[in-house]
Amino acid sequence: MQPLVEMRNVTFGYDATPTLRDVSLHLHRGQFAALVGPSGAGKTSLLKLVLGVLQPTHGAVLLNGAPIDGRQTARIGYVPQLETVDWNFPVTVEQVVLMGRARQAGWGPWHGAAAQREARAVLARLEIDHLAGRHIRALSGGQQQRVFLARALIAQPDLLVLDEPTSGVDLRTAENILHLLAELNRQGMTILMTTHDLNAAAAHAPWIICLNRAVIAEGAPEDIFTDAILSRTYGSEMIVVRQAGMLLVAQKPHPHTHRDILPTPVLGHPNRATGDSEAIDAGAPGAVNPGAVNEEPAYAVVR
Amino acid sequence: MQWFVEPFQYEFFRTGLSVAILAGALCGLLGVYIVLRGMSYIGHGLSHAIFGGAVVSYVMQWNFYLGAGLWGFLTAVLINQTVRRTRIGADAAIGVITTASFAVGVALISRYRRFTQSFDAALFGNILGVTWDEVAVVGGIALLVALVILLFYKQLLFTTFDAEVAQVYGVRTQWVDTLFALALAAAIIASMQVLGVTLIAAALVIPAITARLLTDSFGRMMAYAIAIGVTCGALGMYLSFYVDVASGATIVLLQAAAFAVAMTVSGLRHQAGRRLAHVHVD
Repeated sequence: MQPLVEMRNVTFGYDATPTLRDVSLHLHRGQFAALVGPSGAGKTSLLKLVLGVLQPTHGAVLLNGAPIDGRQTARIGYVPQLETVDWNFPVTVEQVVLMGRARQAGWGPWHGAAAQREARAVLARLEIDHLAGRHIRALSGGQQQRVFLARALIAQPDLLVLDEPTSGVDLRTAENILHLLAELNRQGMTILMTTHDLNAAAAHAPWIICLNRAVIAEGAPEDIFTDAILSRTYGSEMIVVRQAGMLLVAQKPHPHTHRDILPTPVLGHPNRATGDSEAIDAGAPGAVNPGAVNEEPAYAVVR
Repeated sequence: MQWFVEPFQYEFFRTGLSVAILAGALCGLLGVYIVLRGMSYIGHGLSHAIFGGAVVSYVMQWNFYLGAGLWGFLTAVLINQTVRRTRIGADAAIGVITTASFAVGVALISRYRRFTQSFDAALFGNILGVTWDEVAVVGGIALLVALVILLFYKQLLFTTFDAEVAQVYGVRTQWVDTLFALALAAAIIASMQVLGVTLIAAALVIPAITARLLTDSFGRMMAYAIAIGVTCGALGMYLSFYVDVASGATIVLLQAAAFAVAMTVSGLRHQAGRRLAHVHVD
């Protein structure tokens, strides 16, 4: 079967030193892959190569078997890092979402009634339709993330690419976003995301790609999240704890530090999360009933 | 009403007022994109570059609008390409490319001293010397630019918001940037007669940034910027007629005054908002 995304011996660099070396990857339709690795590992560069924003120095990136040149048949939805967005730009939530229909957008400043209905429907699906007229700055981190996810979804993408979707949001919001992605994946969406949150990646992504300028390993979380592979990926000693069916990752404390904590990963409870979390229904995906056993565990990030 | 009607008996005022209004609207419209792209300096740079093109056109005996326009357009494209393909920032690229282009003009003027006076007008504006033919050209350029902005409104908005992501979603950002560069070069040439090279940057930036202080809506920002450009253009013409000060400078000073008022209003609004938030918290 032809992969949706194929990277063939891709090398890329901004200068003489390659950021990525000889990367070969396949992403098939319906896959949900998390790209993990330390800062500077080339994760964002790899995403931008898949998006066609960057061109490889050597090798080829194929989408649906064809080179990415802006004329490809497969549609891509992209959710950038929130840090890269100009939050002072004078646009409303609805305007941002409608940008996702750029391929179908005709001439002139106005969007048709059908496009507006579509935007409202996507916003409603993500439970933020009441925010349609708000300025993008006047939202919480989780709501902002959903707005950009809505922009990606309205494009009806074959491939959804997300750069650090859980960065800058609290634990509960991160959980909600990951549950949402898992749900989209169950509905058939192919997803590729980068994350620094190894525990969340282990819990939600069925496929892990470890990257540090080259692909160190890829596979299912239970095969990939081993002390050896993660230590190689991060260049420092990592410990993986398997507990109650969960995979928990921690960095081994430096011997000269006085903390004698072993990587006892803190099992975070979303209700303890602080910050800009949104209210969620008890029955909604990712919701936790205090005192009850939650089927989907939430983790504190241990880096 | 006498003060309002009196200047109209003079042909130079009627043509000057028409061109000041058209240039005000044009600069206000394009200024929105310039300010939001964080390229406020491009108006300044490009007007200087176009001055170089105007001198070259004169020496080569080309049509002024075509020669200077093409020169300005190529300069804008060169700036865009330099920023896209190298690690050089927009401010540095504008600085290098446009000053080099301006220097070409200055070098040619020093070589052919006989036409310095006509190029004084290009540098400082000569709104009172505008003919109806020139008003028609400026009107045509304004209409064309407005049409381009209207047609490519959605693509321009997305490209201005985030060019890299717009490309992923299928917007031909290279084409959009090229089209915008062409519109900007045309607008600068149209405004050169009114304000002169030295004041065009202000007319591009001040109405837009003033409008930004007053609203969080893109559509309203555009409408306000055009309104500020037109109002300051018309009022500036009247004021310069009665107090006998250069029209271009009067227009820009009025725009600066509008900016100061908007700053004050926006500051007071924020203070009131903060006070209200405190009341709610208490």
